[in-house]
Amino acid sequence: MASAFEYAPAPESRGIVDIAPSYGLFIDGEFVEAADGKVFKTVSPSTEEVLSEIAQAGEADVDRAVKAARKAFEKWSALPGSERAKYLFRIARIIQERSRELAVLETLDNGKPIKETRDADLPLVAAHFFYYAGWADKLDHAGFGASPKPLGVAGQVIPWNFPLLMLAWKIAPALATGNTVVLKPAETTPLSALFFADICRQAGLPKGVVNILPGYGDAGAAVVAHPDVNKVAFTGSTAVGKEIARTVAGSRKKLTLELGGKGANIVFDDAPIDQAVEGIVNGIFFNQGQVCCAGSRLLVQESIQDELLDSLKRRLSTLRLGDPLDKNTDIGAINSEEQLTRITSLVEQGEAEGAERWSPACEIPTSGYWFAPTLFTNVTQAHRIARDEIFGPVLSVLTFRTPDEAVAKANNTPYGLSAGIWTEKGSRILAVANKLRAGVIWSNTFNKFDPTSPFGGYKESGFGREGGRHGLEAYLDV
Amino acid sequence: MSDKNDKTERAERLSVFKTYKLYVGGKFPRSESGRVYEVSDSKDNWLANVPLSSRKDARDAVVAARKAFGAWSGATAYNRGQILYRIAEMLEGRREQYVREVADAEGLSKSKAAAQVDAAIDRWVWYAGWTDKIAQVVGGGNPVAGPFFNLSSPEPTGVVAVLAPQESSFLGLVSVLAPVIATGNTAIVVASEKSPLPALSLGEVLATSDLPGGVVNVLSGRTAEIAKPLAAHQDVNAIDLAGADDVLAKELEIAAADNLKRVLRPQPVDYTETPGIDRMTAFLETKTVWHPTGSLGASGSSY
Repeated sequence: MASAFEYAPAPESRGIVDIAPSYGLFIDGEFVEAADGKVFKTVSPSTEEVLSEIAQAGEADVDRAVKAARKAFEKWSALPGSERAKYLFRIARIIQERSRELAVLETLDNGKPIKETRDADLPLVAAHFFYYAGWADKLDHAGFGASPKPLGVAGQVIPWNFPLLMLAWKIAPALATGNTVVLKPAETTPLSALFFADICRQAGLPKGVVNILPGYGDAGAAVVAHPDVNKVAFTGSTAVGKEIARTVAGSRKKLTLELGGKGANIVFDDAPIDQAVEGIVNGIFFNQGQVCCAGSRLLVQESIQDELLDSLKRRLSTLRLGDPLDKNTDIGAINSEEQLTRITSLVEQGEAEGAERWSPACEIPTSGYWFAPTLFTNVTQAHRIARDEIFGPVLSVLTFRTPDEAVAKANNTPYGLSAGIWTEKGSRILAVANKLRAGVIWSNTFNKFDPTSPFGGYKESGFGREGGRHGLEAYLDV
Repeated sequence: MSDKNDKTERAERLSVFKTYKLYVGGKFPRSESGRVYEVSDSKDNWLANVPLSSRKDARDAVVAARKAFGAWSGATAYNRGQILYRIAEMLEGRREQYVREVADAEGLSKSKAAAQVDAAIDRWVWYAGWTDKIAQVVGGGNPVAGPFFNLSSPEPTGVVAVLAPQESSFLGLVSVLAPVIATGNTAIVVASEKSPLPALSLGEVLATSDLPGGVVNVLSGRTAEIAKPLAAHQDVNAIDLAGADDVLAKELEIAAADNLKRVLRPQPVDYTETPGIDRMTAFLETKTVWHPTGSLGASGSSY
């Protein structure tokens, strides 16, 4: 379909960010090489350009970082909460100051559109630190008894889909409650965590309180298994989450897991169609669908299926895929070749199983990792694309006739992270929300996040909550 | 009638033994395996033969607990509170029986056993009062930075397997069971292996307390044998390992990871102390619901 509007390119300048040719591990306040000297390259997924060469943490480095964190714990946990709070407020403010730089950096390293890093990731990152900063000297009033104690050294392993935001979700509550941190960012997106290390330096954070160890799964496994780690927090796939739960079994390590999802976005016949369409698009195409709480299953009431799908397809035809740094880009690059392969394979399976595939006309750039927004109709609950988390811009459409059927289908998954409800009838929202087994329910909206709002799953989407007062519990000995 | 005559008469009367049975789905079955094991008091006197539950009994109990979950979790908190209070009422009336059973089971004097039973009855009363308060304490509105109403509420995790403490056969049992069902979960409780009689008798009280069948299911037998299929069961949502030793607890925690059960590890607990809310929150999920608030502009229009 010819676009009604032609847009001139409007790229954000990458001159604002200065990426060094190489980075070390951040241990005990210093950037250091890996003990075995290993390095890996991080590339920009939209161009495959090598952005930098990064030291790759191994077991010896994990041990060194845990020792540094342990050493720092005594003083950090003994600081008055009001002093810890001020460090966190400083960090929040520096993030705000460097927000544009970090947004461009994140877009380069992750591939997501600048309008998302600029308008969603970075504001949420700063807000998260600002929110938990305020808790540091008010823990007596958080409902966990008087003077709740920190756990010690927190080992944290985060994914590549929201690199800096997931770092904020992990580090802010950990530091506010008096823990020290060893954090492993994902191997495809190490840069913003390393820039955060520099922010810790600027904020004057004591050495060893935050340690950043870029690396692969083996480094993450070493963090989880380290005997002197008191707390493990992981965001990532359900399969790895289960492996971590097995690793910490029998230990005294406290564990929180934020894992996969297969969120149902339920649209009733009385829903405002245009708003629902915007919500559906946001639910599955935000961050190219690489979101654990994505609304990846659309459950539409049978009577409005045609009208809704027509409208949705029209809207998808206006989405702009391309240069993530362009301010008009809606759909950026897939984060890695590996992820693109996984999406492609699941989509091929969807077709092979008999579902009907549709994508808008969409020009795919010649270099980088890309996947056109994709919609499947004639999907049944038995189809793999209705059961497995695809983690890509792929929406599976199913239908229902009654609210009971909608609820049964929505809950027919081992996951339980998110769900959406679209209807003008308030009592129906509350009745359906009550029956859905999911940790976050968006009604007449989708993919909203806030530091005060607890986030986390039911069932195999993990346990524990991040955000809000609830998020403190994961880092307190209660 | 003189005392002497009374005693003579009693001595001549042969007492009626109780057949101790499981409590599953509101009924009192024997183990499907047909197996029993001997239970003795602290001086090694035979007390009873009790069911030696099998894997199949454990699975049947899960089915019963799952079936009961919808109605129990959907009952009003006030209703659940009244039923828990009713359990205390029923226990109070059979206090002497439990004092005897606890004294036999744990080798306690009558007065010490009575203190355990009284504390257990009071514990039901304590949790009866919690059912309609816990949501206000651990849930609430969140002041998000946008035009949204945002509410977090606790919800029960689902079907919870509870390994009752091995030593405290009644107070310990009640202390781990009551918090699980107070919030709307349903439970499969594995009684103390050595001293299961108070737990099995509790089933008789639960059955006459308006507690719907299947909300609590009581199994007796070898803890390790019953706990393993429960820890590995895909339709069990959580497990309390209070009655497992360290070796068994680790094995069960590994099995529980397969469907990411919520696991409460064994920890030292003084069951005579007033509990905190931890045993309730361990088996609660937090659900957060968002909705746009819209806004009334100067013209009075709204979303």
